[in-house]
Amino acid sequence: MTHLPVLQVLIPLMGAPACALLRQRRAAWTLFLLVTGGALVCAVLLVLRMEQGSVRYALGGWPAPRGIEYVIDPLNAPMLALVSLIALIVAVYARPSVEAEIETRRIPLFYACMCLCVAGMLGVIATGDAFNAFVFLEITSLSSYALIAMGKRRRALLAAFRYLIVGTIGATFLLIGIALAYAVTGTLNMADLAQRLPDVYGNRALTAAVAFVVVGLAVKMALFPLHSWLPGAYAEAPSAVSTLLAGVGTKVAVYAFLRFALTVFGGSLVFGLLPVGSIGLVAACAAMVLASAIACFQRDLKYLLGWSSVAQIGYIVAGLSLATVDGISAGYLHMINHAVTKAALFAAAGVLLMRLGSVDLQALAGLGRRMPWTFAAILLAGLGLIGLPPTAGFVSKWALVLALVEQGQWFVVGAVLGSSLLAVVYVGRIVEIAWFREPPETPLLRPPAVPMVAMTWLLVLMSLYFGLSPVLPAALADGAAVAVAGRLR
Amino acid sequence: MTATAWQPLLLPLAVASPLLGGVGVLLLRHRPNLRESASFAGGLAAAVTVLSLWAVVGTDLRFEMWTWLPGLTFAFHLEPLGLLFATVAAVLWPITTLFSIGYVRANGLPRQTSFYFYFAVAVAAALWIAFSANLLTLFVGYEVLTLATVPLVTHERSAAARRGGRVYLGLLLATSICLLLPAIVWTWLLTGSTEFVPGGLLAGHAGTGVLAVLLGLFVIGTGKAALMPFHRWLPEAMVAPTPVSALLHAVAVVKAGVFTVLKISIYTFGLDTLDSSGASTVMMWTAGITVLVAAGIATAKDNLKARLAYSTVSQLAYIVLGAMLASRVAALGGALHLVTHAVGKITLFFCAGAIYTSVRKSRVSELDGLGRAMPWTFGAFLVAALSIIGLPPLGGTWSKWLLLQGTADAGEAVMMAVLLVGSLLSLAYLLPIPLRAFSRPAPPGAVHGEAPPACVVPLVVTAAACVALFFVPDLIVGPLGRALELP
Repeated sequence: MTHLPVLQVLIPLMGAPACALLRQRRAAWTLFLLVTGGALVCAVLLVLRMEQGSVRYALGGWPAPRGIEYVIDPLNAPMLALVSLIALIVAVYARPSVEAEIETRRIPLFYACMCLCVAGMLGVIATGDAFNAFVFLEITSLSSYALIAMGKRRRALLAAFRYLIVGTIGATFLLIGIALAYAVTGTLNMADLAQRLPDVYGNRALTAAVAFVVVGLAVKMALFPLHSWLPGAYAEAPSAVSTLLAGVGTKVAVYAFLRFALTVFGGSLVFGLLPVGSIGLVAACAAMVLASAIACFQRDLKYLLGWSSVAQIGYIVAGLSLATVDGISAGYLHMINHAVTKAALFAAAGVLLMRLGSVDLQALAGLGRRMPWTFAAILLAGLGLIGLPPTAGFVSKWALVLALVEQGQWFVVGAVLGSSLLAVVYVGRIVEIAWFREPPETPLLRPPAVPMVAMTWLLVLMSLYFGLSPVLPAALADGAAVAVAGRLR
Repeated sequence: MTATAWQPLLLPLAVASPLLGGVGVLLLRHRPNLRESASFAGGLAAAVTVLSLWAVVGTDLRFEMWTWLPGLTFAFHLEPLGLLFATVAAVLWPITTLFSIGYVRANGLPRQTSFYFYFAVAVAAALWIAFSANLLTLFVGYEVLTLATVPLVTHERSAAARRGGRVYLGLLLATSICLLLPAIVWTWLLTGSTEFVPGGLLAGHAGTGVLAVLLGLFVIGTGKAALMPFHRWLPEAMVAPTPVSALLHAVAVVKAGVFTVLKISIYTFGLDTLDSSGASTVMMWTAGITVLVAAGIATAKDNLKARLAYSTVSQLAYIVLGAMLASRVAALGGALHLVTHAVGKITLFFCAGAIYTSVRKSRVSELDGLGRAMPWTFGAFLVAALSIIGLPPLGGTWSKWLLLQGTADAGEAVMMAVLLVGSLLSLAYLLPIPLRAFSRPAPPGAVHGEAPPACVVPLVVTAAACVALFFVPDLIVGPLGRALELP
């Protein structure tokens, strides 16, 4: 039990070479399934442990600041659970989808990359060391580049390359920022940084460090206007990868932003002395309105969903940028809710891709009645994007509008609501095409894959459950926000 | 009188019965006769349950479903206004089902299973709204009602239906998300509650300016009340099959809108708060203007359903006006008008549907001489039209009377004039229809009869109800009057 924090990361990390060595697609898949299941068990145990307070774990028995430290607290424990849960669902979902989309001989390597990606995400979340966070973020990014490049279309290579270039610039920024902070304080341990930094507030190098870290993470979370890599990367990636990345990929960067801004640099520097909050609100408004508007004009379902993700990141950042307990809680809650909702949508898009060979919107004409389950899932999750009851999106919207009105940010409220209306338009387009056109005569390519549809519906049902009874996610989000309440301003 | 332990269960039971009927519809989709029986049975069960609640209207029934977030609970409660709306929706639904059976079979409507299913969901949502104990619960029902009725509005699947559906969904969602939701969140921030409280939740929590803005958000945000300039969805929704127009756009959807306005005025703001702060003046004028402009447009419409739609917009504004006058008598009049207009307007839509079914005519100018061929239909039309205009001995008399009394009570002479002119205009747009049918000669060669009995019986029943309402107004609004502490 004492080794849970490291097992959380180690299990998927060790899964990667094992998958690569197995060279047998079913065995690799089984291993990935077990690995994600093990990660989820660790995460749930850790969340339950939070009642007794935070957990600090010295890696290899080397105490900080010499060694690397893992710190599990209410801010990151729910994220561990969220990432592990989505990863497990993706693991179940992946088998038929991957067998249809990836060359057989590459499948073990695919799962190895998936293990690495999950390990990287969990590592970023669990670690209490600034440099270690950078390393894990790069593990995630590098494995995602490879995973995206495995997409079926040739455009996947371009999308992966684009992500590689932009993502590497972001990573470099983050590294420079961390190095500057190290230069000022002489430590990389987050707790030590937090202790020493207030003495040097006002130092130019520190200001630069904040700027580099914030911009670097903004690239990784695809915050407008640094979002250009996201729609292509999500749309061209294999279905299982899209589902994982759209669910939790950018949220990890959002979490890292929270961690660095609040517990490392401190809210009084980032949101008080420096105008990161105002910049965040402006970027969030632009993201919500512009990305939603662009989503309305997409011709491909996965691109549409990708642009919608850019907009939804705006909602999350809007909440966090307020730097109030309610704002952080609302943003955090939307991370959870949107992870479930968007994963459901990309999972459904994967089902369509497998059965139709394309997710061009025109190819979906009239299929609402031929594939009622898949399209019902898209409709229900789509209502979540709009933020209508009884979906989880409504809960987020309620919490976010509440936090914004409380701070008198009426302009941002307008952007949030305007973005919801644009969501009505782009979700409405899908619905109209699927139900109001005549169904095609041509038969579907493949029969439905039960695990894929089942996992899609599991995600949809979770979104509905979190909408009707949001007690659990709201409590986790509140716990996270309260945990950093002392470091807001 | 105190409630027994099981009586609160009647509230969720009333909401659930149409849903169960809807599930029955889905299960019996391959047996049309049984499917329609399931729909009818669900309606009957809902009606009986709601009617049985009148026996306990004075008690404080409350049914808590579950806690959503701390301090926010999904709950039903029983109060006279909600029961009034629930009764209207639940009693008129089985009658509409009967009419629908005649209509959809005679007109060969496709996809009847989904038609009956969404109908049932819509009625359940309306009952959910009627019994909501707080704004949060109401908002959920409100949005579900919007979503469940879209497939009905677009049932034809034609280009016109698609456009109608877009306007319908767009306007109703836009107003509710952008105005109603922030208004509810703001109320929650101001008071720490969203419950409906006798005397008004906001009393003493906000100044006149905030109250006026908040009221504007609420009243305009309730797009279903079709206040101008957000009324366009109602005429657009007329592309729906006529039974849908009848129940949803004379009863469930639009009445959910004006019910929400009345409920918010009485239980969220409080009539006394509105009166003393004067926060409702702007909305009162908006409603007054809507009464006249919509009535004016109605007189110019030749399409029968479009004329009825604008007539609805105008009559709904009467009810909103009743709430915005901030007088108890006027609010009571609004509540009564909710009932009398529902019964009258559903009759008119039934007649329009029966005429279409029998002779395929949908324009006012084409109805010459049909009165003699379809005496029951046009007789019912005449009765319902007179009731909506407000002439005795029909139900509409009392609601218009109370509303007029309310304008006097509030000291708004201009609004009194508005009401009177509005009634004159309604005379001008409704009466010519039956008069043409009865007095002008029929075009040569046209021999038609009545629509099928399943269509004619319901419209005669509702027309008879228009007459009956004249004699029992106190039975209907008495409990609400007592709740509002009227003498």
